[in-house]
Amino acid sequence: MKPLALIEAAVKKPVFGCQMCGQCVLHSTGMTCPMNCPKSLRNGPCGGVRPDGHCEVKPEMRCVWVKAVERAPKTPWAHEIADIRKPVDNRLWNTSSWANLLTKRDKVAPKGWRVEA
Amino acid sequence: MSRLEEAIAAGRFIVTAELLTINAGGLDAVHRHFEPFEDFVDAVNATDNTAAHAHASPLAVAIALKQLGMEPVMQLVCRDRNRLALQAEIAGAALHGIENICCLTGDDVTAGDEPEARRVFDLDSIQLLAVAESMRKGRYLSGRRLDPPPHLFLGAVENPQAPPVHHRVDRALKKVRAGARFLQLQVVFDIDPLMSFMIEAGQKGLAERAAILPSICLVRSPGALRFIDERVPGISVPEDVIERCERAADPEAECFDVACELADAARSLPGVRGLHLISFRKEAGIARLCARLGIPTREERETIGNGSRVAV
Repeated sequence: MKPLALIEAAVKKPVFGCQMCGQCVLHSTGMTCPMNCPKSLRNGPCGGVRPDGHCEVKPEMRCVWVKAVERAPKTPWAHEIADIRKPVDNRLWNTSSWANLLTKRDKVAPKGWRVEA
Repeated sequence: MSRLEEAIAAGRFIVTAELLTINAGGLDAVHRHFEPFEDFVDAVNATDNTAAHAHASPLAVAIALKQLGMEPVMQLVCRDRNRLALQAEIAGAALHGIENICCLTGDDVTAGDEPEARRVFDLDSIQLLAVAESMRKGRYLSGRRLDPPPHLFLGAVENPQAPPVHHRVDRALKKVRAGARFLQLQVVFDIDPLMSFMIEAGQKGLAERAAILPSICLVRSPGALRFIDERVPGISVPEDVIERCERAADPEAECFDVACELADAARSLPGVRGLHLISFRKEAGIARLCARLGIPTREERETIGNGSRVAV
């Protein structure tokens, strides 16, 4: 990892469990990192969430999306939870999402990606 | 236009059913699985490695269904294939005239008999729908052209019962925005969560934008109900339902009654356009349920008339 990515990881891993996907969407998901979902779902919870709100795959963990849906309304970006987030660009793993945000690299989508806002 | 799309567009009451998994036995095996209920259904779902167990692929089974004169709904889950493989399946399906494609997240590999497998989830179900919708309009995800664009009729699944329940209609709306035109809901054994879901679906316009089909599951024994409650991700069975079946003089008949009552309640909910039926019973459970509820056969539904909803 480059120095900036190392700093980002040092800050975000302990707080958000950041996985360094390099295309951060935390603010739009109630400051809950969707990459902690074992299925890495970026658009909402799967249908397997347990009745107690815990994860189908890791019963000891609360579902990332149960938390996201709970927390999102308390953030200034509440409406963004309804956004349809594009597929992960797997080339960006372990790069700094801060740098990718500034260069708008994280907004680059495949040409066939068109969805209703 | 697929037969399912046509039936939905005409406002007819829809019945779809799940095909039990196929592992061997050629086309005969496929036919045996849907033969008991073929008169009642508009389409049959070819599942994609259900509960993370390997089976004959949904594309192969969908082709088999088509060859046997049955309308397939090809399910695709995100667990086992990356975005290239998923698009290849869709293009391949279209090549064979398979238009109905139902996009799901999929149970995790840990739910299956090969929990050591690598999970993929390169796309999530909403992204998969958006990619399929893009293909329908003539573009792969990369932007490369498909010419002519394939006829596709896209669907999805939503679980009215799993937390966060107050987010489920919103998530289903995302699926509709991404391209879903029909929704086969996850199985419920309790009418209350389904009722809440349908009320919200009506308020938020979901029921207008997609044909919603609640799923009803037929089982043989209270033991099966308990198994589903404990082991199947995302489905719970109320304790009083299990106890009612256990206490009954004829538990198998009681399980059937429970399913019929649920199906009857589900089809009367506002916004419900039909039913998706799943039976783990070998004999003609689905046909019996349709007969018990007075649901006409598919041919009868088609001749009763287009445009108006069939009173069942």
